[in-house]
Amino acid sequence: MSGATFAERRAAMGFCLHCWTTLLLMAVLVWASFAYLSLDLARLFSAESGRGMLQFVMRFFPPDTSAEFLRKIGKGTLETLAISALGTLLAAGAGLLLALPAAGRLGPVLKALTRFVLNALRSVPELVWAALMVLAAGLGPFAGTLALALHTSGVLGRLFAESLENAPPEPARSLTESGAAPALAFIYGTLPAITPQLVSYSLYRWEMNIRMATVLGFVGAGGLGQMLYYELSLLHEAQASSVIIAMLVLVVFVDAASAWVRRGQMRVGG
Amino acid sequence: MSFQLDRVGLIHANGQAQGQRALRAVSISAARGERLAIIGPSGAGKTSLLRILATSIRPTEGRVSVLGNHPWQLSGSQLRRIRSRIGFIHQAPPIPPRQRVITAVIAGRLGQWSWWKSALSLIYPADIAGPRDQLARLDLADRLFDRCDRLSGGQLQRVGVARVLYQQPDLLLADEPVSAMDPALADLTVSQLHAEAESRGVTLVASLHAVDIALRWFPRVIGLRAGEVMFDLPPAQVSEAVLRELYASETGVLPSQDNQPFIPSSGAQLPDEAAGGGARKPVAPPRVI
Amino acid sequence: MSYSAQQPRLRDPDALRRAGWALLALLVLWPLIVIAEFRPADLFDARNLAVMRGFVGQFFPPNLSGDFLGLVFKATIETLAMATAGIALAMLLAVPLGLVLTHSLSISRIGPGPDRGAGEAVRALARMALLILRGVPELVWALLLVRAFGLGPAAGVLAIGLTYGGMLGKVYSEILESGDTRPARALLESGGGRLMAFFYGLLPVAGQELASYTIYRWECAVRASVIMGFVGAGGLGQLMDQSMKMLNGGEVSTILVVFLLLVLLADALSVFLRKLLA
Repeated sequence: MSGATFAERRAAMGFCLHCWTTLLLMAVLVWASFAYLSLDLARLFSAESGRGMLQFVMRFFPPDTSAEFLRKIGKGTLETLAISALGTLLAAGAGLLLALPAAGRLGPVLKALTRFVLNALRSVPELVWAALMVLAAGLGPFAGTLALALHTSGVLGRLFAESLENAPPEPARSLTESGAAPALAFIYGTLPAITPQLVSYSLYRWEMNIRMATVLGFVGAGGLGQMLYYELSLLHEAQASSVIIAMLVLVVFVDAASAWVRRGQMRVGG
Repeated sequence: MSFQLDRVGLIHANGQAQGQRALRAVSISAARGERLAIIGPSGAGKTSLLRILATSIRPTEGRVSVLGNHPWQLSGSQLRRIRSRIGFIHQAPPIPPRQRVITAVIAGRLGQWSWWKSALSLIYPADIAGPRDQLARLDLADRLFDRCDRLSGGQLQRVGVARVLYQQPDLLLADEPVSAMDPALADLTVSQLHAEAESRGVTLVASLHAVDIALRWFPRVIGLRAGEVMFDLPPAQVSEAVLRELYASETGVLPSQDNQPFIPSSGAQLPDEAAGGGARKPVAPPRVI
Repeated sequence: MSYSAQQPRLRDPDALRRAGWALLALLVLWPLIVIAEFRPADLFDARNLAVMRGFVGQFFPPNLSGDFLGLVFKATIETLAMATAGIALAMLLAVPLGLVLTHSLSISRIGPGPDRGAGEAVRALARMALLILRGVPELVWALLLVRAFGLGPAAGVLAIGLTYGGMLGKVYSEILESGDTRPARALLESGGGRLMAFFYGLLPVAGQELASYTIYRWECAVRASVIMGFVGAGGLGQLMDQSMKMLNGGEVSTILVVFLLLVLLADALSVFLRKLLA
């Protein structure tokens, strides 16, 4: 038994040609991105900039834990939660209203129009909406609520429309066939079937909106974000780090709470 | 001493307080170079026994000594070195479907090669002749560069065997290595395992479903039933009565590789309840070189 | 024939409970509205209306001058570059952390064997690191990094690298545990190292799903890059922020349209690449 033949050596290559070209292309794109941005990674991670970073980071410790500031943080957290809750609530209502035409219940023209509106609403990021709403309603949490409501209506509207389209039509149909008005047939026949799904979507979006609400304040839309932006621009790093820790705690808490709720639902068999 | 099991027991945790007992007070030992077959009905604990020998599972009771060491008292790196000297042939080869046969075989020496050599072998195998020669022993050399998901069940099993042969371990463990093969190929495979064990003087332990193969190839046969060792005998002493007691709950027919009713070499016939009547002569399968 | 004088009192057993829930909802809703300073009347305040009318009025026609379109084009390329470089950094972080975290590559779990405590401790540390990286919103990272490194895309790239590194790391470890782990485990049980067990045992099984999720995250990173511009990290976002601060509706509408087109393009590209992989 001898060594490998020439034919065997040729067939042994582990990667086909188009795998190599794909990998090469991706590597070139990544390198080009770094080059275009003139990001000198070596300088970025050098000892000197590392020291600078360390000094910068050290200014954030220890965080400000005075009672007065903690009260402010508590207020900011409540504001953030309120923004997210109210915004999601409004979006659920608007979403439901828009879902009816979007599911085709009011004719094909309205369906196309509504779908376009919903797409436009959700394609614009929440932060951009927030910046726009600050212009429309002034600084503060109201702008944040509106921004979340607008964006989330687009998201929930589309999800609700899909639920609506997949809902079984028999209950409502049997009601209209026995003389009920279409609106009532919808409320008594279709809505109960899809309500659990709608609630589940809304809660999921609420969880994501809490994360969003913490940062909308960067453009002036209230909550912990506005506090952070304010403290950082005054170079109050100690206060800023308290706010960041509060944000982190909030996000972790919401993650854990929703996981707990979901596990409870699974056990009940939802 | 190749391995020694001293009143080894194994209980699988299954969510209940009791747990499910897989092995009970198993005491077996083997010297270097011995060849053992383990037979028994399904669920007897053959796989669990082999996995304890392979140091993949820790026994709940008793003591294990493998290749002169107590594996569970070793440090991490020592245990790793022991494991690279043990070869395990799985009943269902754990090979990613999209992997090529040559890569699957080369993976046998990952425990021995430097990481540099192993990494490069993903792109271009460091050794082509070696895997090819092992596959040739099992009549599979022509599939060297094919993808594993294009192979039949029996061919895939042979790739698993080739991987362990390529590894050149000091302890060869085989868990039903020929279950998906026809009698001719099964015979070839077991003969190669036998040749490997003999030529390098290493220990071979194989669990087998087919009693005929066990009695034909192995000088020591262990019968396992419900987690306990029923007997530990040379094949000449494994009579029909012994076998019937071992497989008591199964149908009156003893399992064999060609699925024909098996008659032990003592010549006595078993009542063929299913077919009803007629003596059948034992069929010797053709030998393949 | 008359019925007995006693008739069962007909009352909805649920009525009290529903009333209770409704009352609770109202009690919660009222403070919500107050804390969120929900005053729809503000929208129609004369000053705000004037600003909005002027601003939105400029949306049509959008600013299509050559100079400005050139600026927008450069900003778009910058955004794409930020997203790509950011994801590359994120993978650099996520791959080692994900490999450490996944317990399908854990040797100490076989048996269980020696070094079990150390193995669990290392995995717990990795999990906490990933949690912090993705728990802090990416915009917060961007804001901090802008303070540290100054305005410009460097802060955005690092912010994406850190946040998405956390996300990718967690999902990578989950993908590696959810597929068929038998090949990798068999390699570990025969003395192979963790890294080689990954390359020979896990990557062939899970590689496609890993790549698909990474491409999806790249698409998300494009959107995130635009948003980060609002805190000074360059790209389309910074351009839009500047135009909005100057109340230039024409420029804002152009940028909005370009942004929507960019998101559509990234989405299409992502879907195409993922189909190519399958």
